[in-house]
Amino acid sequence: MTRGASEWSPEAYFLNNVALGVCVVIGILVFGAMFIAMFRFRKSRGAVAEKWSHNTMLEIVWTTIPVIILIVLAYLATGGLRTFADTTGSEMTVKVTGYQWKWRYDYVDYKGKAIEKVGFMSKLDHESDETRQLNSGLDPNAVKVDGYNTYLINVDKPLVVPVGTKIRFVITAGDVIHSWWVPALGWKMDAIPGIVNAAWTNITEPGEYRGQCAELCGQDHGFMPIVVKALPKAEFEKWLAEQEAQAKQPAPAAASTAAAPATAQATDAPVSQGHQG
Amino acid sequence: MAHAATHDHHDDHHGAPSNFFVRWCMSTNHKDIGTLYLVFSLLMFFIGGSFAMVIRAELFKPGLQLVQPYFFNEMTTMHALVMIFGAVMPAFVGLGNWMIPLMIGAPDMALPRMNNLSFWILPFAFALLLSTLFLPGGGPAGGWTMYPPLSLQGDSVAYLVFAVHLMGISSIMGAINIIATILNMRAPGMDLLKMPVFVWSWLITAFLLIAVMPVLAGAVTMLLTDKYFGTSFFNAAGGGDPVLFQHIFWFFGHPEVYIMILPAFGLVSEIIPTFARKPIFGYKAMVFAIASIAFLSFIVWAHHMFAVGLPLGGEIFFMYATMLIAVPTGVKVFNWVSTMWGGSMTFETPMLFAIAFVILFTIGGFSGLMLALAPADFQYHDSYFVVAHFHYVLVTGAIFAIIAGTYYWLPKWTGHMYSEFWGKMHFWNSVIWVNVLFFPQHFLGLAGMPRRIPDYNVAFANFNMISSIGGFLFGASQLIFVGVIIHAVWFSKKKAPDRVWEGAKGLEWTVPSPAPFHTFELPPVIHDEELAHGHVED
Repeated sequence: MTRGASEWSPEAYFLNNVALGVCVVIGILVFGAMFIAMFRFRKSRGAVAEKWSHNTMLEIVWTTIPVIILIVLAYLATGGLRTFADTTGSEMTVKVTGYQWKWRYDYVDYKGKAIEKVGFMSKLDHESDETRQLNSGLDPNAVKVDGYNTYLINVDKPLVVPVGTKIRFVITAGDVIHSWWVPALGWKMDAIPGIVNAAWTNITEPGEYRGQCAELCGQDHGFMPIVVKALPKAEFEKWLAEQEAQAKQPAPAAASTAAAPATAQATDAPVSQGHQG
Repeated sequence: MAHAATHDHHDDHHGAPSNFFVRWCMSTNHKDIGTLYLVFSLLMFFIGGSFAMVIRAELFKPGLQLVQPYFFNEMTTMHALVMIFGAVMPAFVGLGNWMIPLMIGAPDMALPRMNNLSFWILPFAFALLLSTLFLPGGGPAGGWTMYPPLSLQGDSVAYLVFAVHLMGISSIMGAINIIATILNMRAPGMDLLKMPVFVWSWLITAFLLIAVMPVLAGAVTMLLTDKYFGTSFFNAAGGGDPVLFQHIFWFFGHPEVYIMILPAFGLVSEIIPTFARKPIFGYKAMVFAIASIAFLSFIVWAHHMFAVGLPLGGEIFFMYATMLIAVPTGVKVFNWVSTMWGGSMTFETPMLFAIAFVILFTIGGFSGLMLALAPADFQYHDSYFVVAHFHYVLVTGAIFAIIAGTYYWLPKWTGHMYSEFWGKMHFWNSVIWVNVLFFPQHFLGLAGMPRRIPDYNVAFANFNMISSIGGFLFGASQLIFVGVIIHAVWFSKKKAPDRVWEGAKGLEWTVPSPAPFHTFELPPVIHDEELAHGHVED
């Protein structure tokens, strides 16, 4: 598992490592005992079966010790859950909407200021899409950006966000259930029609972070990747200003945003359940 | 298949009808119905396995080479449905049918005609389900979990729903029969706390079945009316809630996974004491652990839904409850190890599969504990880590236990010893390739590969290729199993004694091998020292 590149993602990583360590230690003890038993108590070595079938002391011990281990793990995990659930104090909001089979990102506000009409669809890049067709004859290994293979994990238009900013995502879907997952952020959150879920991240390092839809959503479920491009704050603000300027012109560049109200209709359905905040 | 020959060699026993149709289609005999269940389950195991081969072949390397993505989704969906409802559950019902009356000294199941009905519904249910693959529009492709709205986009909703209804009816009848048999038909002296652990595990499983199969039936009926009758149970635009389905489904689904593992616990608890020649350690603790796991299974369902946006309190509750399951499960594993400790062990094929079960199921339990930790689950959820987890508990758990049980009782059923050499070949091939198949999937999940995708980035290529190779060879190894069974039924010359295994205890070993068509027409006289658990103080 990746350590990730956000403020929260080390929580999941740390918990994974602790739990794995606990399991490995218990595994060595239990399987070790089994293998010793299998070698020492073989009939072919003349072992004679003993008669006992009960030992209260032992049973109490191996019920109590796991309980103690579980309490420690539960304590650690609860801390991670509480920090994850706290979406307050965010400086920016992005609305994520899942569609069959692409994502839509709408910028809602940044530093307390509402953003007008900045939003776009983000879908699988053209090169991956050509290559992934059945018997395309194209080599997945050849799909590269800057020497890095991006087959099925690149999009035409990435989500651009600033680093060092607590970003709140409000996540929903327009048709069926999807799930927005970027491993480097440390979590995934289902995008469900009629429901708005909230999650947050605070990316520490600039870079491109890739992920994929994680909930089966139909034939092209495997072909709706996510790319998050984290920029330093100043660069992000410049980018955002450009986007806002573009959106104000009635230029053809606004075609993708103009489609927004129509495609986003389903999300206006009654919201029956919400996460914190 | 197996019918003709078993038929012949049962001829010399009174009561077995000589007409093929009368004997097998109209049977009310628990042994014949048990055989039907087992043969059916083996057939489904290969059909579901062939779907898995398609999946692993497509995933062999990046790029789509063999099938369209939609067909791939049909394969993952049907693989799960066939394996769960067609292979694992009927196999346990088959073993229960054959062995429960023999183990408790009953002449037959309590409700023999219903027994016939509950089996003969199944071929129709699966004909209905599998026929969708040949119909325009194709089979269900929304996952075995059938989450709406996706599952409602398919054209085969009605087929799927009615097939699930039929399987549910069959399971409920089977469960009623098992409860009625165990509670009413025990031979005098076979107290509840002297019953074999396998019988106990089935008694508890049967209650789980009765409790949750109607819940599944309700959930799929709501899917049906949402699709065809304009209701909006799960339709957000009509005021419904797609997450409601998931709550209902997993209220069925989590007990369901224990329905598939508790009888396996029972089987292993019979086999290990036999080959360790030592009574099971902590009999009462074993029974109590099964009962506590069954109880906990009702209050942990939302751990399948940590990523749907549950409120914090919900996440915490379901995380704690899920972690608790590790305690009784740990007790069982420790007890199996203690049973082996100080024994006098031999390693025939059933014992090998039982030992592999304990080790590999425990590995599945470890990944289960990791999945229970909600913040880590935000990463694991719907990734290949989950796929690795549930295949460890279902394949090396449930299916290994079924195979162990089959080898254990095959000489009792057929009257002949199977080939120990080929049994061991089957074991070593299975245990090696199943790990090559599923262990790398942990790494794929941790590296970020989502499940249920037909194609992937080249970063995942190596582990997928290893996994596919393991998959093909594990699949091929199961042909050895068929060979061993065919040999034991028709060709083996080695007669099996009544008490097939030196350390075997219990009533089933007091009847001749092969078990005659009718057994225990008069209740047996129970001698506690002949029972596996006759002297229970702990």
